[in-house]
Amino acid sequence: MAEPMVRSELVCKNFGALRVLKGISLTVDRGEVTCLVGPSGSGKSTFLRCINHLEQVTAGRLWVDGELVGYHERGGKLHEMPAKDAARQRRDIGMVFQKFNLFPHLTALENISEAPIRVKKQKKTVATDRARELLDQVGLSDKAKAYPAQLSGGQQQRVAIARALAMDPKLMLFDEPTSALDPELVGEVLDVMKELARGGMTMIVVTHEMGFAREVADSLVFMDAGVVVESGKPREVLANPQHERTKAFLSKVL
Amino acid sequence: MAISHSGTGSGTGAGSDPGTGPGAADNAPELIQAVPLRRPGRWIAAAIVIILLFLFLYGAATNSAYDWSTYGHYLFDKRVSKAAGVTLSLTVLAMFFGIVLGVVLAVMRLSPNPVLRYVSFGWLWFFRGTPVYVQLVFWGLLVVIYKQIDLGIPFVHQFAHIDTQNLLTYYWLAVIGLALNESAYMAEIVRAGLTSVDEGQDEAARALGMSWGQTMRRIVLPQAMRVIIPPTGNELISMLKTTSLVTAVPLTTELYSRTRDLAVETFNPIPMLLVASTWYLFFTSILMIGQFYLERYFARGASRKMSVRQLQALADAQGVGNQKGLI
Repeated sequence: MAEPMVRSELVCKNFGALRVLKGISLTVDRGEVTCLVGPSGSGKSTFLRCINHLEQVTAGRLWVDGELVGYHERGGKLHEMPAKDAARQRRDIGMVFQKFNLFPHLTALENISEAPIRVKKQKKTVATDRARELLDQVGLSDKAKAYPAQLSGGQQQRVAIARALAMDPKLMLFDEPTSALDPELVGEVLDVMKELARGGMTMIVVTHEMGFAREVADSLVFMDAGVVVESGKPREVLANPQHERTKAFLSKVL
Repeated sequence: MAISHSGTGSGTGAGSDPGTGPGAADNAPELIQAVPLRRPGRWIAAAIVIILLFLFLYGAATNSAYDWSTYGHYLFDKRVSKAAGVTLSLTVLAMFFGIVLGVVLAVMRLSPNPVLRYVSFGWLWFFRGTPVYVQLVFWGLLVVIYKQIDLGIPFVHQFAHIDTQNLLTYYWLAVIGLALNESAYMAEIVRAGLTSVDEGQDEAARALGMSWGQTMRRIVLPQAMRVIIPPTGNELISMLKTTSLVTAVPLTTELYSRTRDLAVETFNPIPMLLVASTWYLFFTSILMIGQFYLERYFARGASRKMSVRQLQALADAQGVGNQKGLI
């Protein structure tokens, strides 16, 4: 059996005295879409940020594509990873943020081509052509020259997805990608994500969109207070939750 | 209250304006052509100010103390324009080193390394806390305090002696003095700019695999520039005038000292002050123009407001491009 894309073993994360993750264990196979759901403060976003080392894991082990995240293991000891190696790990992992975090001083096209040019040292013409393709793919080919402030929230998030895709990631992380959007704009972003999932992208999505989870996800993980309460096939978990906390949460959001 | 629906209003509006788009033509209301409100207060205020201004200019032109012929004679005097050149080069050099050092100090101040943080803070505390005039006097005495510089391994071996007297002219001491003082102020300005950029920008750049240096250069600094430029323009103009203090070093070849020396020749300081002021104003004006364009460049993407051209493109797409008044 092939190595899973993401393997997490008892991952813990403390912020000072505060314990945010208390031992998360799960695996995400290649080409699989996993949705992380749960109440605010349950640690979903923190776990997602640990996967690309925006947060440093305090205890436990986390592998992406068979490679330990954030540390080198030598002679039975863990060594903190130099910034350069961490950057190399991150560039294969796309991330989409709740607040888009587009670069406001760059046009939509430049937002997408910036990292391929700087990080992958692609030729400007190559990166720009690819950026145009990606803009087309997210349905925004006419917005190439627009600055983020001139785009709607949904359009900005689609540009942000294209920006992450430009690095040809093997894994995409979505941190509540539709939570900051007007209801009528949620659909256009979810459509782009569904398209990606159909294309075989491995995705981990923190979301409150249960409809999306049911339709697209291969597995659903319910988190609360820093632990995984239950997980399984989305339809089964949503229709027939086993734990009281899951039932209570789902009764509020469904 | 009834709204009149008769006569010229809607009837001719739709009929006589064939330029309106096909769909909107039938019910688009006519543009308002109201009689403007009269504002006598504005006219009176403007008249008073203009009269006062005229009186001042007339007084200045006819007052013999200003001695305009001497002013005209010395304004483009070679000694004066050369001194103006010294002032300008002092300003540019001191600002350049001040900004570079300021960026370094700001980055040190935000560094996770406590030693760098405290050293940066101590530097700021010292150079902001003492008058620049006093600092300049100190720099002038540097060659007395440190008569020579020894290059080598401390306490062990020396490679070379350099006499500071030969190394540093008063001109360079003045540049160093002004630059170090400026660096403390620039550090705070740059720090304000860097911290004004949203944390998410840094995260997004790192998530894309960009290094710290790339993130700074390509993402954070360009956005920080919007905050950094206006106060830096202030500092630049302020520096232009602060150069008149380098007489403390003592450097006396710049604009203010030179015009003051010339005043001894003419027995009338007033026209020479006017000459110096004119040159200072001339440089300041040029710097202000430069600042305007810099600000416009770094403001790109900062506002939702679209340029006239972008608005026109949208209007054209809407099919009412020819009806500019509505947009």
